[in-house]
Amino acid sequence: MSEETHHIVSAKLYWLIWFILIVCTVLTAWIATVDLGKFNTVVALSIATFKASVVVLIFMHVKYTSEKMTKAILMAAIFWLLILLVLSLTDYSSRTEGMLLPAASDVSARLA
Amino acid sequence: MSDSPLVSDAPLDVEHHDRPELRHHFAAVDQQRNAASLGMWWFLGTEIMFFGGMFCAYLIYRRWYFPEFAVASRSLDLKVGTFNTVVLICSSLTVAMSVRAAQLGQRKLQVKMLLLTLLFGLSFLGIKTYEWGKKYEEHHIPTFDYNVIGGEGDLIKGNEELLGITTEVKNDPVKLRAREAEIQQHTKIFYSLYFALTGMHAIHMIIGVGIFIVITWMAHKGRFTPEYHTPLEIAGLYWHFVDIVWIYLFPLLYLIDRRPGA
Repeated sequence: MSEETHHIVSAKLYWLIWFILIVCTVLTAWIATVDLGKFNTVVALSIATFKASVVVLIFMHVKYTSEKMTKAILMAAIFWLLILLVLSLTDYSSRTEGMLLPAASDVSARLA
Repeated sequence: MSDSPLVSDAPLDVEHHDRPELRHHFAAVDQQRNAASLGMWWFLGTEIMFFGGMFCAYLIYRRWYFPEFAVASRSLDLKVGTFNTVVLICSSLTVAMSVRAAQLGQRKLQVKMLLLTLLFGLSFLGIKTYEWGKKYEEHHIPTFDYNVIGGEGDLIKGNEELLGITTEVKNDPVKLRAREAEIQQHTKIFYSLYFALTGMHAIHMIIGVGIFIVITWMAHKGRFTPEYHTPLEIAGLYWHFVDIVWIYLFPLLYLIDRRPGA
């Protein structure tokens, strides 16, 4: 009936994606208890981004869509989010907390 | 007048009588479907910005008060959090499966998958309520009786090194009191963000469950066919999005610093 046939993802692929997501969840919970120093956060966020990408591409059918606007909206939203996060964090990271709040030693000095 | 191909005396057949689901302002089912799908993607774009603001606030405070955030994060139940993530991923699978069943015209499977989705969604909310209840008992909800020093919800014991409570600070009651006041204040920021983020996520889940109750009813009534199942499809997009928000919330809130003895 419809002009273009919509891609039907096989049930097998959906189960595989589900399995990958479960494995990643257990993996991220386990690897957080292993001491990787600074890289604990990097690994946790990488796994989360991988999981999110898989959900967007397969479950949300972005991989199969012929609609370019969907991809454009998605990329624009991610880009905007990165402006918000990256620019804010570079700003705040280049300051020290002490410029905004008194350090503990100052507080104790005042109390004494 | 009648020579012009644009103007016709014939009454416009605006209602698409052969296709009751096709609104008159759309030319074809596919056009209608693309418009609806695009509308949902735009909405999800604004949702990214909505949660993005809170995520940004979280990241800034986490940078400033890392030790307090790490210690407060450890007070969340890792096993329950992991289990809840698994529950939500299962619900995403059942949503995807119900859309697939609609594409194939399998009505019974479609309804079964939607009922499972509702079950998983409500389980998630139930487990979340249990977690929040535990935080209430530990006095970790930032309200009047908020307390993380001594008592049931003590966060200092075992974390002295990370929190910078050295023997020098311990032996100086003034310094110790000042540091405790800071810990009290900074962990309060963590819990405020924790409740704001998980609370907003839970509100989205509650709305999602509401939407899916309607969708399940529509599916049960046989409203969705392989040619037309747009409401189910775009409700599915929303559900997957809420799942993705949790995929980020879980590591950010539960896994800040779980290294033993760190």
